Amino acid sequence: MNLDEALKTFIIESRELLEQMEDALLRIEQAEHDPEIINAIFRAAHTIKGSAGLFGLEYIVAFTHVAESVLDKVRSNELQIESELVALLLTARDHIGALVDHAAQGEEPGEDSHQHSRKLIEQLNIYLGHKHAAPTAVAGTLVEQSHKVEREKGEGVETDNWHISLRFGTDVLRNGMDPLSFIRYLNTFGKTINVVTMVETVPPLSQLDPESCYLGFEISFQTDADKAAIEGAFEFVRDDCQIRIMPPHSKVAEYVDMIRDLPEKEMRLGEILVQCGTLTAVELEQALRRQAQSESSAKRPLGEALLEQKVVSPAVVNAALEKQKQVKDSKTAENSLIRVDADKLDQLINLIGELTIASAGTALVAQRAGISELQEAASTLSRLVEEVRDCALTLRMVQIGATFNRFQRVVRDVSKELGKDIELVISGAETELDKTVVEKIGDPLTHLVRNSMDHGIEPADVRIANGKPAKGTLHLNAFHDSGSIVIEVSDDGGGLKKDKILKKAIERGLVPADASLSDKEIFNLIFEAGFSTADVVSNLSGRGVGMDVVRRNITALRGSIDLDSEEGRGTTIRIRLPLTLAIIDGFLVGVGKSSFVIPLDLVVECIELSDEDRRAANERNYLSLRGQVLPYMRLRDMFDVSGEPVRRENVVVVQYGGTRAGLVVDTLQGEFQTVIKPLGRIFSNVNGIGGSTILGSGEVALILDVPRLVQQVSAQVEKNGLEVA
Amino acid sequence: MSTQDKSQEAGAHFAIEGDLTIYRAAELKELVFSRIDNASAIEIDLSKVAEIDSAGLQLLIAAKLEAMIRDKQLHFVGHSKPVQEVFDLCDLGGFFGDQIVIFPHTVH
Repeated sequence: MNLDEALKTFIIESRELLEQMEDALLRIEQAEHDPEIINAIFRAAHTIKGSAGLFGLEYIVAFTHVAESVLDKVRSNELQIESELVALLLTARDHIGALVDHAAQGEEPGEDSHQHSRKLIEQLNIYLGHKHAAPTAVAGTLVEQSHKVEREKGEGVETDNWHISLRFGTDVLRNGMDPLSFIRYLNTFGKTINVVTMVETVPPLSQLDPESCYLGFEISFQTDADKAAIEGAFEFVRDDCQIRIMPPHSKVAEYVDMIRDLPEKEMRLGEILVQCGTLTAVELEQALRRQAQSESSAKRPLGEALLEQKVVSPAVVNAALEKQKQVKDSKTAENSLIRVDADKLDQLINLIGELTIASAGTALVAQRAGISELQEAASTLSRLVEEVRDCALTLRMVQIGATFNRFQRVVRDVSKELGKDIELVISGAETELDKTVVEKIGDPLTHLVRNSMDHGIEPADVRIANGKPAKGTLHLNAFHDSGSIVIEVSDDGGGLKKDKILKKAIERGLVPADASLSDKEIFNLIFEAGFSTADVVSNLSGRGVGMDVVRRNITALRGSIDLDSEEGRGTTIRIRLPLTLAIIDGFLVGVGKSSFVIPLDLVVECIELSDEDRRAANERNYLSLRGQVLPYMRLRDMFDVSGEPVRRENVVVVQYGGTRAGLVVDTLQGEFQTVIKPLGRIFSNVNGIGGSTILGSGEVALILDVPRLVQQVSAQVEKNGLEVA
Repeated sequence: MSTQDKSQEAGAHFAIEGDLTIYRAAELKELVFSRIDNASAIEIDLSKVAEIDSAGLQLLIAAKLEAMIRDKQLHFVGHSKPVQEVFDLCDLGGFFGDQIVIFPHTVH
């Protein structure tokens, strides 16, 4: 893995961590005072800092360090988490995100970003309890506090510095680590007072394997960070290194242990400790004496020695166990997930599309050949292809929950901005849809959510006056419905005022003055392009802003949008989207010599067009389906297909968004796996056609745009509806 | 081009140029070793070292040790800025015992 790739991984991971951090921060604000959540936030910051250090991204390290220190205080209950602090931490999170973006673009952050850093650091420092610390020196200048108090002076050594003893494993260099970078990294959150390089472990050149690592260091280190933070610096080499970290004022006995454990000769090591300034000469003498004593007191039983060690470091043991558990946890998580390039997935889906077509072709040939064995083989093949297709498509499916959760932040920020108290309720977060759809739905959704908050939900005093709870509710919901996913954005606000919308629309010439429109039609007017201006009557102002853009975005995804509203009670906006954009189950029908594909999910049933209805076709274009009015349309007329109509025509009943309609066709040819191929631009204005596909025979079939057709059919009925009734 | 040679009879003076890192550690080891083998006094010019990492540092230490064991003179001269920085970081100026020129801030 070269550095660029590693950096890419770092960026991706950091962004994920930041998302988790935001998520956790928002949850914690909702009074879930769970130490696990605080830990999660802390870990996110900590990991980002650690990894950024490895890449020498000083600006990230320096800033994140301060945020991490504040979080550490929260973790140890020295600081209480409250909404102001959460707000600050959220801003800090955003800033880290911005810094990571800089890193992603490979550029140094500009002056304004540095200024922002300083401002935030100042604010964070208030929580750390030292207001005027110079921001650049924050890391280094803090004096160790807790340890001084905790430790008993008598037994401990004098120095205020940590002592770190490092022996790198032979493979460290081969693993792409540079021991020097760890020492450099230490300097980012403290100061290495003295470094002694263990030259005696390095063999002379003749015996040197230049790619093995022989280096060791004894370091005297001054920092305000805790042991976990220092350990964290060595997280990446922990497995193949010998690391010992001794807090300031450690007991002399602990140094004795260390001296005993390390490979070098005792005297030399002792001298090094003195050289580092970790031990004074007197302390060393004391240590050596102790050691001599313990050796002369003969062979102690092993258990006793272990016991002593345990007494010395229960905290360390605990930390080690926790670390191990963390590593294990993250490993299992890694094992169950694989990161795959989206392009590869797209390629796979494309290939499966081709495979589907090829298999349809094979089935056709097999049928014509009339060899039953071949037919059997072909049908097995197509069943398997179908399964493969389904699996491949689910690979692209992601839950919408992550997208929804992003709105927690939006709602939080916007409601602060507007001075309204609004709660976001999320349901159906586990509903799955295609990743490409998820990516494109974010912007329109944001728009709708903002609109609802801004113009839908009334200020608290108005709400109370109307007998509603002061706290407004915004509801995001998702569910599957006949081959599409439906996303609802509803609020319990004031609703839309029909008469005002109508008046405005007439003013703008969108509808004739004498038009009689259904409620739905009136509401849907706000999606019209001409409607989107900000100067509309006060309590709808903005409602229309950009709504046409929203609708355009949704239509581009082969989806539709509509709206329900009740004055005084609230508004629900419903977005309906196809589950996938690539392959669908189709229902193949024939009209004359042409073939058409209807998305199978939209087909309700097929019936025969009765003679009576045929004869009446000139007067009316609806039929009675078990007592219900079913408007229908002849595809032959619609697409001007030549040739005489067959004697027995069929009606395919389709349903879309709660409306049913019949499509009259000549023949029903059955189910067909359809790979959607987009139509060229010149066909973009053709009404009622959504795309094309290739049949097994190599012929082209057109895919019907059922939503458009249903709309057209029902519009016709409404136009003529009166005379019929 | 990485090394330049001005061989003398008993002494050798040569320069290591470019990166003194893990990627070239094997190659440089052979080079330095052959020079130490063939001369009794060696001077290595580090002024053109653009980058040095742990592997490079280790190589210099090993070279020095090799020379010490075999009672030869090995000196590094003209430490480039990256080299000085690493020597500083690891406090190795004393070990090598060479004069390090320039550099405004004090070396411990």
